[in-house]
Amino acid sequence: MLKNITMGQYYPVDSLVHRLDPRVKIVLAIAFIVAVFMVHTLAGYAVILGFVYMVSRLSNIPFKMLAKGLKPLRFILILTFLLNLFFSGEGTPLVELSFIRITREGLMQAIHYSLRLVFLVMGTSLLTLTTSPIMLSDGIELLLSPLKIIRFPAHELGMMMSIALRFIPTLLEETDKIQKAQMARGADFESGNLLQRAKAMVPLLVPLFVSAFRRAGDLAMAMEARCYHGGEHRTRMRVLKVTKNDWLACAVMAGLILLIVAEGLVLPMVEGIFL
Amino acid sequence: MEERIKVEQVSFTYEEAEDPALTGIDMKVQPGEFVAVLGHNGSGKSTLAKLLNALYIPTQGAVVVCGLDTRDEDKIWDIRQQAGMIFQNPDNQIVATVVKEDVAFGLENLGVPTEEMPGRIESALSAVRMNEFADSAPHMLSGGQKQRVAIAGILAMEPSVIIADEATAMLDPSGRQEVLDTVRRLNRHKGITVVWITHFMEEAAQADRVVVINQGRIARIGTPREVFQHIDEMRDLHLDVPHMTALAAELHKGGMPLPQGILSVDEMAEEVCKLLCPSN
Repeated sequence: MLKNITMGQYYPVDSLVHRLDPRVKIVLAIAFIVAVFMVHTLAGYAVILGFVYMVSRLSNIPFKMLAKGLKPLRFILILTFLLNLFFSGEGTPLVELSFIRITREGLMQAIHYSLRLVFLVMGTSLLTLTTSPIMLSDGIELLLSPLKIIRFPAHELGMMMSIALRFIPTLLEETDKIQKAQMARGADFESGNLLQRAKAMVPLLVPLFVSAFRRAGDLAMAMEARCYHGGEHRTRMRVLKVTKNDWLACAVMAGLILLIVAEGLVLPMVEGIFL
Repeated sequence: MEERIKVEQVSFTYEEAEDPALTGIDMKVQPGEFVAVLGHNGSGKSTLAKLLNALYIPTQGAVVVCGLDTRDEDKIWDIRQQAGMIFQNPDNQIVATVVKEDVAFGLENLGVPTEEMPGRIESALSAVRMNEFADSAPHMLSGGQKQRVAIAGILAMEPSVIIADEATAMLDPSGRQEVLDTVRRLNRHKGITVVWITHFMEEAAQADRVVVINQGRIARIGTPREVFQHIDEMRDLHLDVPHMTALAAELHKGGMPLPQGILSVDEMAEEVCKLLCPSN
């Protein structure tokens, strides 16, 4: 349906996971994050990896693509690993070379934190890869709507998100147009150091802002002319329904969490018996 | 039958402004009529459009749309449902990321039940001949197509009047024709009253009646033929007349006894033929 909009990282194929209710997917993604934080053994990470692999198969998303999502994160990952490796204080020393001191606990902690990061990114990527931006904003709006009681503007937030999505391509096009117009007048966006290039952006950003504000004014008037008066008494064209598959997905997630908890309880006991 | 729109002695002054944008406007629009409002930039024609569906409330006088006074705040949403409005910039009036969802926007605002929506959306889109684009993203469409989507968005709300505020000003000639044809078809086949605000003479020439606005006042009201006969007066108002009307006037001056107020090429051809071979 939204296949000609290439925004965010939505991967537009049809699958069981794509068809799940966005609200359920958001909640499950949060549950997954909790599950990742509950893992304390390497075996637990194997379980998580298995789960991620299974979901990627079910959603027709190549596992490679998920792995590729980690690429922009590589510096943070390396930094996390090294910091934990070198600066985690006391413990059984593995390597001691003058000022470098690596402990067993430090190594374990470094592995832990890095794996945690990897799986957090993979889990949330699974959400954004399988859910179109507009469905995500619908899901967020509906999940937050109980907060209307304390006057949280859930409907307004959802409306803002969907309007933002609507105007991304329009504003991109406009940016391109302004950039070409300024280049035709001799503006130089490409050379110079960072500061000079930032300065060169001013003649691009000022007209863009001015026009964005004008658009906002026009749009507000057009919306009012079409009887928009906030979220009250409003009906929806897209109605989200929780289906059997959604409950099934919840059950699978509950299973994963149970497995992790059990593994966290049982493994140390087993270790205790053998060691 | 009662008139669709009644504007009585209306004046309007913008909040920050000293001089009124409109003074003493009096006009009536009958059901099913196609009225063009003509004026150059800053004449107040857009202000008039916004008064017609309660986006602005008159400083003096009254605007009555389908029997509803725009000063009555409780009726504001009924008025806007009855008098749908299309704006100048096609990009700035589409709200949703998919065509059919944009058409649904007005219905959602009116609180139409979800089950009723698909039917109304489909018939609105087919009335503007855009069904095949129901699932497209608006930014992939041409300007004329976007305006047709905007018209469909209004049509789904089942209005009795369409107000077009320079809806063709930002379009290329083919897009302009496409949008005007769509609105004229709706006017003829569905009996929807149209108020067409424009500065293009050729568009105004196709209306049932033309209202000429200058400096916030009505300068002239009448059929296109009546209005465009006054070539010199129109020129004084910085307005042109259709090319054929001007040509007829020149030929008349040159001694050809052509009737005044010729509007189109076809009409001109017919009159010239009559003159050249009187036997037919």
